[in-house]
Amino acid sequence: MEKILDVKDLQINFDTFAGQVKAIRNVSFHLNKGETLAIVGESGSGKSVTVRSIMGLLANNAHVDNGSIDFKGKDLLKASPRELESIRGNDISMIFQDPMTSLDPTMPIGKQVAEPLLIHGSMSKKKAMARAEEVLELVGITNAKNRMKDYPHQFSGGQRQRIVIAISIVNYPEVLIADEPTTALDVTIQAQIIDLMKELQNKIETSIIFITHDLGVVAGIADRVAVMYAGKIIEYGSVDEIFYNPQHPYTWGLLNSMPTLDTSSDRLYAIPGTPPNLLNPPAGDAFAPRNPYAMEIDYEQMPPFYKVTDTHYAATWLLDPNAPKVEPPAAIKKRQEEYHQLVAEGKIQSSVKGGAKDGE
Amino acid sequence: MGKYILKRIGYMILTLFIIATATFFLMKLMPGSPYANQAKMSAEQIKIMNQQYGLDKPVFQQYLIYLVGLLHGDFGTSFQFNNQPVSYLISSRIGPSMQIGVQAIILGTVLGILLGAIAAIRKNSWVDTVATFFAILGRSIPNFVFAVLLQFFLAFKLKIFPIALWDGFSSSILPTIALAMAPLATTARFMRTEMVDVLNSDYIELARAKGNTPWQTVAKHALRNSLIPVITIIGPMAVDLMVGSMVVENIFSIPGIGDQFVKSITTNDYPTIMGLTLLYSFMLIVVILVVDILYGFIDPRIRLSGNEGSN
Amino acid sequence: MADNSTDIKFKENSFKRIEQHNVDEQEKISAPSLTFFQDAVRRLKKNKAAVISLWLLALIVVFSIISIWWTPSDPNAQHVAYANLPPKIANGQIPGFTGKANVGGRIVDKYAQAKVPAGTYYVLGTDYLGRDLFSRLMKGIALSLLIGFLATLFDLVIGVPYGVVSGWKGGRVDTLMQRFIEIISSIPNLVIVILMLLLFTPGLGSIVVAMGITGWITMARLVRAETLTLKTQEYVLAARTLGESPFKIAMKHLIPNLSSTIIIQTMFSIPTAIFFEAFLSFIGIGIPAPNASLGTLLSDGQKTFRFLPYQMWYPAAAISIIMIAFNLLADGLRDAFDPKTQE
Repeated sequence: MEKILDVKDLQINFDTFAGQVKAIRNVSFHLNKGETLAIVGESGSGKSVTVRSIMGLLANNAHVDNGSIDFKGKDLLKASPRELESIRGNDISMIFQDPMTSLDPTMPIGKQVAEPLLIHGSMSKKKAMARAEEVLELVGITNAKNRMKDYPHQFSGGQRQRIVIAISIVNYPEVLIADEPTTALDVTIQAQIIDLMKELQNKIETSIIFITHDLGVVAGIADRVAVMYAGKIIEYGSVDEIFYNPQHPYTWGLLNSMPTLDTSSDRLYAIPGTPPNLLNPPAGDAFAPRNPYAMEIDYEQMPPFYKVTDTHYAATWLLDPNAPKVEPPAAIKKRQEEYHQLVAEGKIQSSVKGGAKDGE
Repeated sequence: MGKYILKRIGYMILTLFIIATATFFLMKLMPGSPYANQAKMSAEQIKIMNQQYGLDKPVFQQYLIYLVGLLHGDFGTSFQFNNQPVSYLISSRIGPSMQIGVQAIILGTVLGILLGAIAAIRKNSWVDTVATFFAILGRSIPNFVFAVLLQFFLAFKLKIFPIALWDGFSSSILPTIALAMAPLATTARFMRTEMVDVLNSDYIELARAKGNTPWQTVAKHALRNSLIPVITIIGPMAVDLMVGSMVVENIFSIPGIGDQFVKSITTNDYPTIMGLTLLYSFMLIVVILVVDILYGFIDPRIRLSGNEGSN
Repeated sequence: MADNSTDIKFKENSFKRIEQHNVDEQEKISAPSLTFFQDAVRRLKKNKAAVISLWLLALIVVFSIISIWWTPSDPNAQHVAYANLPPKIANGQIPGFTGKANVGGRIVDKYAQAKVPAGTYYVLGTDYLGRDLFSRLMKGIALSLLIGFLATLFDLVIGVPYGVVSGWKGGRVDTLMQRFIEIISSIPNLVIVILMLLLFTPGLGSIVVAMGITGWITMARLVRAETLTLKTQEYVLAARTLGESPFKIAMKHLIPNLSSTIIIQTMFSIPTAIFFEAFLSFIGIGIPAPNASLGTLLSDGQKTFRFLPYQMWYPAAAISIIMIAFNLLADGLRDAFDPKTQE
């Protein structure tokens, strides 16, 4: 499969008044052409920072200390500001979290949607506006023709997010980065936006990096999932592998804390404790203090990635041949059993190929 | 919008009426005779004068006469300058005041906007420090101190400008600079705060994500969004200018209404004080109204929601 | 990305399970918790300009308090023979304080000319009536500060309750109170002050009252806006639901939360009042002679500025420094109380 984006050993630090925050610690992942990769993790795990570094939109006090981001044979981290500007909004574009604040309040939306076309293409203004109208229609703004001159405050939150999406796809980007695009929206609207993104992905054939802290959203849209914790990716695999056969105790915790219809207990599970302070990241597995399965070595050494399948890797010492066998929580065990059965029945395959999306 | 403007104009007239009434009765309460500077007059002469000025009638009748006069643009007759109507005094002196006032506000706001915008874009750099320093100076040093310093160094010592003489544009430069300091400082400070806010906003990040260069982002998105609120401080700045003009005109001997106001106070020329008070209030109210309407027209959030302006 | 465990050394107990840690301990917040005010003070201390301003102002206030009982000489005593003497310190060795002046191109020892006995000198010189300018400056600063503080007191006494009531009551009361403010604020406050001063006999009291009548409006507006926001806060709603009396709510919930707004606005009002006094005295309707204020000193100094610049230099420097210090301190306080403005 063709890799369109390849991030290797990314290390990003932030200078703050209290010291250096090690926000991203050796993150590597890649994005295949045409797929949707979800990056999941709680607030502060470094998801947003990672994708902002792809866009070259890091805060002033952030600096990339190591790594490479390969996009079509070019290292984006070494690109000049001008090169990055020509890629942003053209080859790679981004959807932001809060549609209420992402649009310029004093510019008509038609102009805002047409703006990337005017920046990157040699298109006439008239043509760009026509395209903007088409794209607005495409994302589901009804009566787009008459609404081109309207301002953001005249639209609802869901409509505004559709406009933000229109801006991001107007140039048919090869990579679309969606940074929690549904978090600020009502649940009913969330589903609509997810459906729209799936539909658009088919129409414009783009690859998507989808950032979220909501595993429920992931199941609906992603092909592959990477789980981040404390500035590191701790497990990645196909969406089925992560959902049905998770290996890292943190992923177990995440899945357990997600409400499902058959959640029998009336209390929702919560992972105890708080993420570590990244001013002084722990030597071993950052999750160890919150990990009920922690071992001595979790405090001492960082776990390497252990291979589960060709597409599924997890960084936990539990997978070491020397580690004692542990029983995952009951709910996770149930999932794993279901998974093995489904694989045995041939309903799903253990790797991504073959569209794993119908597993739900 | 039309209805809103009409309503505002209604309030404006009401406010002016209240001010006119208040100043009239205040003036009636003022101690001292209007002819104090002509103490040698006999009782007979004073009686004639009172008749001439209508001061022999009951106060309420005087008030009505005053109001009717106001409607005809008649502000009464100056006590100080022999039988000169106040309206003539004002109209002959408003030109120079307007000239330096308008020059100062243009100079102050344009430089202030530039300074504030650059300070915000280059936040925490030396440019920012310098801009902040100037803004603090402009806000802290009273404009009459500044005016005297300018006069001393540039006019008296270096002889670049005339000291105190009203003769053409060159003589308006120093007073304009002296007057422009306060609006410059206010605008720069306000603009910086607004611009820093705007530059931190999500839509600026989206603008960058679209592929705009930093300067395109500022020109297309940041500037307009931070300029709109700057309009709201024009009102308070107009007040500063009026206050400032009084001393600055006095120091540079400019034959304007500010200078006239100060002179009228020292000579107890009540009709002139009243006339100028009304004029100042009128100008201020008009400025505030125009600013509100302008704001409504420029900010789409107010213009299109059809609500009653900003409060 | 595959197995990269080349340099890992296992110990024998590496894979021993660890008993779960106390969760409460993990939830502990490591940084010491600070109250809002402690945090503000901490931030203020980091702002060098504000700290220097604070100390400078403290020094000036101490000098002003001293001037109530002691000045080098009587600030209102006239020695016409010693009129317009330039500044001189001790034996006149320090440049700028030599007691000599340039008269028509020649350096003249003014003190010798005026037959001032040796050992008598005026640090900042004398004015046209031979009054000691240093003593007058001390008294003048004290008077200006007093006016600043008193006028600001009006802000607190009228502006704060007005804003709280207007914001808290809302509805028709609020509309009415805001209309009233609108009318007052559409007359330039200068005009109101001048009319008031014409009505009363000039002096400290009338200046303070005249400024107080208009000065409270900004405070009232800010406090009202803040009250409107606070009113909808959950803890205030909770207190209301529990039936606490409005007065108690104001005292317990509103005033503490309004305090930062009030303190900051006070810090901006004081220099405004000082400026206004100086302005009024400058145009001749402020503090009456012979008393000294910064305004009267500037006004006197301006008349002879071209020839005896020192008479205006020092009061001008004094008022500028005081204004800058107050403004820097106010800026510092605002930044300290409003963490949003910080990075």
